This record gives sequence, C-alpha cells and structure tokens, in this order.
Amino acid sequence: MNRLTDSAIDWSELVEATAGPGRGAQALFLGTVRDHHAGRAVVGLEYSAYGAMAESTLEALIGEATARWPVAVEVRHRLGRLEVGDVAVAVAVAGGHRDEAFAACRFLIEELKKRVPIWKRERYADGTEAWVDPTAPTGRAPEPAR
Amino acid sequence: MMRDEITVLMFARYAELFGATAIQVPRFDAATVGALIEHLRRLPGGQALPERPLVAVNQQQASSDRPLVAGDEVALLPPMAGG
Repeated sequence: MNRLTDSAIDWSELVEATAGPGRGAQALFLGTVRDHHAGRAVVGLEYSAYGAMAESTLEALIGEATARWPVAVEVRHRLGRLEVGDVAVAVAVAGGHRDEAFAACRFLIEELKKRVPIWKRERYADGTEAWVDPTAPTGRAPEPAR
Repeated sequence: MMRDEITVLMFARYAELFGATAIQVPRFDAATVGALIEHLRRLPGGQALPERPLVAVNQQQASSDRPLVAGDEVALLPPMAGG
C-alpha cells in the first residue's frame, strides 16, 4: 500500500475510509507546513524518504496501533516540494470511543516522527536552505563547508 | 551487485556529504556496521558523518556490531524529520 504520495493529501477520503457504524469517535491529525521554524521565516520545504523502509515502517506502526487499540487507521505522508499551509501528513483514526481514537492518533504521529525515514529541507525567506535535524540544538543540521 | 562489495544507500544530508546516493564498499572494509562507518568516515565528505549514525540493514535499524553479509541492503539514515 502506498502511504507516501507526491500529490496533495485528500484527508476527507481518509476520514471516510476509516468510518464505520460501530466507530462513534473519529480523530484526524493534520500536520501542515508552518511559516517559521526556530526563529527563521520559512517559505516552503522539500520532503524526501527512504521509500521502501518508510512504507514498511508505517505498516509496522499501524500494526502496533491496531494491536493496542480497537481502531481503524489511515496514514498518508506527502513527499516533494510543499508550500506554507500544505498538508504534509495526515493520520485518521476511528474507534468506538474517543479515548482510543485520540490515544492511537497521538501514538501514530509521535512514532512516525521518530521512526519513519523521512527528511525535510527547509527553504527560508532569505533564499537559503537547511536540513531539519530535530536532534541538533539549533533544529538544523550544519551545512557542509563549500 | 558484485559479490565482494556492499552497497550503501545514502539519503538526504548524507547523500549531499558524499555527493552520491549509493556507494560500493569492499566487503573487506565492511564486516560489521561499525567497520563500515569507520571506512565511510575516511572517504571524501565522510568527516562530517557522526561516529554513530542511524543505520538500517534490510530496512531495520541496526547496531554497530551487526555483521554484514553480501546482499544486505544497507542504508545510512540522517536524523528523521518526517511529520
């Protein structure tokens, strides 16, 4: 299943796909491109991935979530060039009640950020770019000397 | 793939450091993940590679003592930044 996509994410489709008569609680998380990061004005970014491992890791995460909570799940992550406001990631969860819907949705987005091999390069208003590195004190990787 | 070489996939910032999305390393220099990283850190561009970068073997994260065999799919993963 392709959970990585180069085109705009239709999150309403994911909400519909997870709905069901016994699932009275639906949670949707959307991550969108923000216009600033760590004190710098961001105009857009570019996502890339280790496609095969990203897909298999997403599959594993969804397996962990559905083993832990009785929920239906859909996840999409966009790749390529995005502009401010574009949806980068969508997690749709539906369950019998809100506790499991919120818990599974939170689990999925947190684990996705930690474990799925996806990278982003930010483009700034001043024309420069940098790789985002959540483990670096500045939130960005140092640029190699050129 | 040559039988006596390991192919290492490079992504994002690490691909930029080495100027390549894949590098062939002689098996002799890549008996384990740790040995492979030591070898890569000696190549042009490799100085900026951390001593213990995230490495995946056959799409699973692997520790530095993991032995490598011909045919393994090895990948160097910069810190993940999805979402």
